[in-house]
Amino acid sequence: MGEKKKKIVKSIKIDLDKCNGCRACEVICSAYHATPRYSSNNPARSRIRMIRDPMRDVYVPVHAGEYTAAECMGRDKYVIDGKEYDECGFCRASCPSRDAFKEPDSGLPLKCDMCESEPPLEKPKCVEWCLNEALKYEEREEEVEEEVKAEDMEIGLSSLIDKYGLEKITDAVARMSQKG
Amino acid sequence: MRYSEIGFNLEIDLSRGNIERVETDPRLTELHLGGLGTNAKILWDRISPETDPFSPDIPLMFSSGLLVGTPAPGANRTIITAYSPQTLLMGYSMMGGFWAPELKYAGYDKVIFQGKSPNLVYIWINNDKVEIRDAGHLHGKGAVETQEIIRKELNQPNAQVAAIGLAGENRVYTASIEQGRSSASRLGLGAVMGDKGIKAIAVRGTKDINIARPDEFIELCNEVLKYIKFRNENPVPNVMTILQGLGSPQEMLHIDEKWHTENFMWGNARVRRREFWNKEIEARWKEVQESVRTRLISCYNCPMKCGAIISVPGLSTYMMKCFSKLTYTMAAFVDDLDFGFKIAQRATEYGVDGFSTPQIMAFAFELKEAGILTDADFEGCPPDNEGRSFWLLDRIVRREGIGDILADGTYWAAQKIGKGAEEYAHNNIKKHEQLPLKLGMLNPVYFLMYATGEKINITQIEGQFPQVPFATMEEREEFVRDWIQVPDEKFKQMVLDWEPRGERSNPYYPTVDMSVDIVDWQEKMHYIDDVLGVCTGLSSFPLKPPYHIHNYPKFISAATGIDMDEAGLTQVYNRNRNLVRAINIRRGLRRSDEKPPQDHWKKRFPELEERLLDAYYKFKGWNMDGIPTKETLQELDLAYISEDLIKRGILREEQDTPSKKTSVETDKK
Repeated sequence: MGEKKKKIVKSIKIDLDKCNGCRACEVICSAYHATPRYSSNNPARSRIRMIRDPMRDVYVPVHAGEYTAAECMGRDKYVIDGKEYDECGFCRASCPSRDAFKEPDSGLPLKCDMCESEPPLEKPKCVEWCLNEALKYEEREEEVEEEVKAEDMEIGLSSLIDKYGLEKITDAVARMSQKG
Repeated sequence: MRYSEIGFNLEIDLSRGNIERVETDPRLTELHLGGLGTNAKILWDRISPETDPFSPDIPLMFSSGLLVGTPAPGANRTIITAYSPQTLLMGYSMMGGFWAPELKYAGYDKVIFQGKSPNLVYIWINNDKVEIRDAGHLHGKGAVETQEIIRKELNQPNAQVAAIGLAGENRVYTASIEQGRSSASRLGLGAVMGDKGIKAIAVRGTKDINIARPDEFIELCNEVLKYIKFRNENPVPNVMTILQGLGSPQEMLHIDEKWHTENFMWGNARVRRREFWNKEIEARWKEVQESVRTRLISCYNCPMKCGAIISVPGLSTYMMKCFSKLTYTMAAFVDDLDFGFKIAQRATEYGVDGFSTPQIMAFAFELKEAGILTDADFEGCPPDNEGRSFWLLDRIVRREGIGDILADGTYWAAQKIGKGAEEYAHNNIKKHEQLPLKLGMLNPVYFLMYATGEKINITQIEGQFPQVPFATMEEREEFVRDWIQVPDEKFKQMVLDWEPRGERSNPYYPTVDMSVDIVDWQEKMHYIDDVLGVCTGLSSFPLKPPYHIHNYPKFISAATGIDMDEAGLTQVYNRNRNLVRAINIRRGLRRSDEKPPQDHWKKRFPELEERLLDAYYKFKGWNMDGIPTKETLQELDLAYISEDLIKRGILREEQDTPSKKTSVETDKK
């Protein structure tokens, strides 16, 4: 059994109906993350982006998530209450399929860090600047068990053994352990 | 490095297809700050005053303002400038939305067009890459439709596009430039854009805007946001609903239009529709508005929600703000708001001004009733109010038949039609249609603003100071208690002393000198907004706004690194005010042009009105013909202007007497 640990889960609740589409979240995010802080701003560098298409009433603020080297094999399109959202319209990935969440000069990926700083902010800047409360910050404490799930690893290993044979796998493990 | 501004303009010569990125002189920023100020400077420098508004030599400028694109809330305005084909004076019209910030992110403070394209084109500005592209396929397309087509064909969902509709292509004098939920509608600059052969300007930018003193600047922004929140939670008491909050009048939000519908003058600014508003109307308007309004929206980096997305079943989606909800419906004497949203959809796609156009249409129907226009002029026109409005809008925008004459606005149409039609063009100042409002007692402050405003639109000069006196002393005291925006404590006393009736009431109170002071303050705030590119809805227009004369200098200093205080900012305002005035003086503007419509107030006071103008001119350092004196110009670093005016015989070397009386009224273009 693993050890119980306390963890703070930070989340931003996004209410699309309250969004007025002003992009203040992009402005303040890019300013906050400039070096020195607030010395410049540029929505193209923002870690939150409005996926917007006013003519179809699509206003979706999305925070930058993980970088991915390859795009998905297929793309998702959501229809909610009869309204069709953009392809990948809720996706947070910095991905080759689009230009969001990449530094405009270098193309390096951007990721939302919830404005982590020392001392910590009361809430992320995008939330603070959203006077319409489309973005709301919530924090909760969760107790999680940190354990290594041996079964998961063994399932994976046995499928490798099935595919390559036990000998090759043992060799590979031995070689990798020597390399350190 | 340049701060807050970019320091480069984009110069596009449409005749030769030449595109250049030109560095600007930082000294001009110190003198004029940007936006309207530097636009006016370019207009003065580049063209002779005799130039026709449709000459290829005219520079058509799309400018951002000094703070546009920075985190300053509401700094998003595009200031468009050329000569107005309608007034023949300097035309500057502005829009909010998302265009000007995008231009700065692309690396330019302004785009300046000269020359004329032989065929219809659109401009694609993508950071450093700028193209003039064929727009043959966009001929006749709607202004909203065009924005969508261009975004799709460029595969640039984040590009911001400003476009004209058919009205601009056909050089209709009330043609607007549309962009998102906003439009630059007044003074016919859409016609100048069409004349140059520009259907649209698309822009996408991914560069930085730098701030000189970041910590100081962001603190100021945070304070403004905090104050907006405070004001949204604390409406100003004892004034009517539309004056209580910030932003432009919240007509996309509110249903109750009793005040507007019953107090404005409809048709051709003639008829008060008293007792129009009743339970059935209210229920019907609520049903209609809520069924077509998809979402309340704002401009770039602004927490307000002055606009809305409008989707009328069967028609393409568009956006609306403020007053055009009412103007077509009410001017056409239609009761159903459903008509208003439908005709506004067509008018927005055509790209026409929702102030002037409904009045022009009502003017035509008045002329028909009076027998000045005939049935032949209206051949094929449906008999019902709704049908005939659509019919006439089509004729005007297409410049077909009588529409071709009406497309020049009521002033020029009346000149052409003759037979007494001039009497019916009764709601103009300097040839431009005004808000359809007629009142009883002359208000001295409003008299001056109407008469002298260079934007020629009351909403672009008024604000800040209450429109009417408060009824009781308690109300007055409550109003002035937290009135931090006043430039001087004396304005509080004026509000405390101003009575609805008796000795200290209109028209003799506020006194002449007080009126001049009040006007100067209100005008100053608008001029500052227009150089910084901040929306008047957060500044000069509403009562108790978050931006004012005490925090603006700090914003400018922190953003740009230019040391600015209240006196310095006042000096810049005076410089720009006089520069704009001088441009119009050189175009022929004189005292005799500075008059509100004769019927604007029932009770007029000619002698008082003359004294008001005298005092205003004196305060400004102008001679009695409204021309800035040599001394005034020299003090404002505008000696080159006085030299020019003296050379032209408009100003004398030794002066305080007016030079020859001429008038733009008598000068044909």
